[in-house]
Amino acid sequence: MTCLKTLLTLFYEFFLTGALATGGGLATLPFLARMSSRHPEWFTTSELTNMIAVSESTPGPLGINMSTYVGFKVAGIPGSLVCAFALVLPSVVVIIIISRFLVKYKNNRHIQNAFGTLRPAVTGLIAAAGWLVVKESLLLRAPSGIASLVGSFDIGAVIIFAAIVALTQIKRLEKLHPVVLIAAAAVAGVVFKL
Amino acid sequence: MKKNLKLFGAFFRIGLFLFGGGYSMLPLLRREVVDKNGWATQEEILDYFVIGQCTPGIIAVNTATFVGHKKNGVPGAVSATLGIIFPSLVIITIIAALFENFARFDAVRHAFVGIRAATGALITAAVIRLIKSGVRSVRALLLCLASFAAVAVFGGSPVVVVIAAALIGVVFGFRRRGE
Repeated sequence: MTCLKTLLTLFYEFFLTGALATGGGLATLPFLARMSSRHPEWFTTSELTNMIAVSESTPGPLGINMSTYVGFKVAGIPGSLVCAFALVLPSVVVIIIISRFLVKYKNNRHIQNAFGTLRPAVTGLIAAAGWLVVKESLLLRAPSGIASLVGSFDIGAVIIFAAIVALTQIKRLEKLHPVVLIAAAAVAGVVFKL
Repeated sequence: MKKNLKLFGAFFRIGLFLFGGGYSMLPLLRREVVDKNGWATQEEILDYFVIGQCTPGIIAVNTATFVGHKKNGVPGAVSATLGIIFPSLVIITIIAALFENFARFDAVRHAFVGIRAATGALITAAVIRLIKSGVRSVRALLLCLASFAAVAVFGGSPVVVVIAAALIGVVFGFRRRGE
């Protein structure tokens, strides 16, 4: 039996995320990171990183996948339904209103100005959330063996991280699907027992 | 009703074959919305896509809502939106339910060390791309650094940053035009 209060809290958090996350699925990430610090019992940063990986490797919009996953983790199937619907509700309302004033809206000076500053700020927000994920994925909780020689970094993870960042910077590999890289990293993890 | 079902079906298929979101959606949209059903022209699709990008919410979902609304008003908007989120709901729920059982195996834990590193790398790559395309002036760079610091260093809330950034844009725009 899922507590109604939890579902209401999920609805509130995801409605807020849907209303404010602008610029695609990754823009929901800073809000999810904020949730894990506000509601530590929901999910840890490590679990969030797993959820992002699964969401990137399965079909569907990234933001919807991550929200559905969080919802399921916190409150089962009712949770995943509540989160997905709460996330899309604000944008459905906004789009229905906007599509009636389509032309006027596009050329509105104030809105253009607002987006001029929103885009770089959102980039900073995604970078901050990304930083959290990178820290989580590269640092060992308890240094051991060779890892203690170079501090608390997980060397295997650092190598995978550096290799994939480098690969994504190659122009010819731009179209390479993320799922290929994720799968390769999973294989490396198993083979080298990371 | 028939129209709504068709919208639901078309966006259900888009949701099912969409990976990661963003620009990977365009070819799918073209096939379902322009070629197969003639619901919108290629130019209209791009317009919706651009607006979907700068309105709150998930781009793919926003674009679905737009096309649905154009085709059949509010019921159409709701049908298309439900269509695009439906595959995610089913697939993720199944995976999430299974994952908790699989997570006990050693091999799965090893795999996820690698997968987490890959996820961090993919987000880093996305941030590099965003900086290259969207942060092209000193003012933009300062804004980007300030919002990064506000959250990563000072533990601020993204809610406040988003609202503050939009307000700064409106106010700053005013002043620059008044000079």
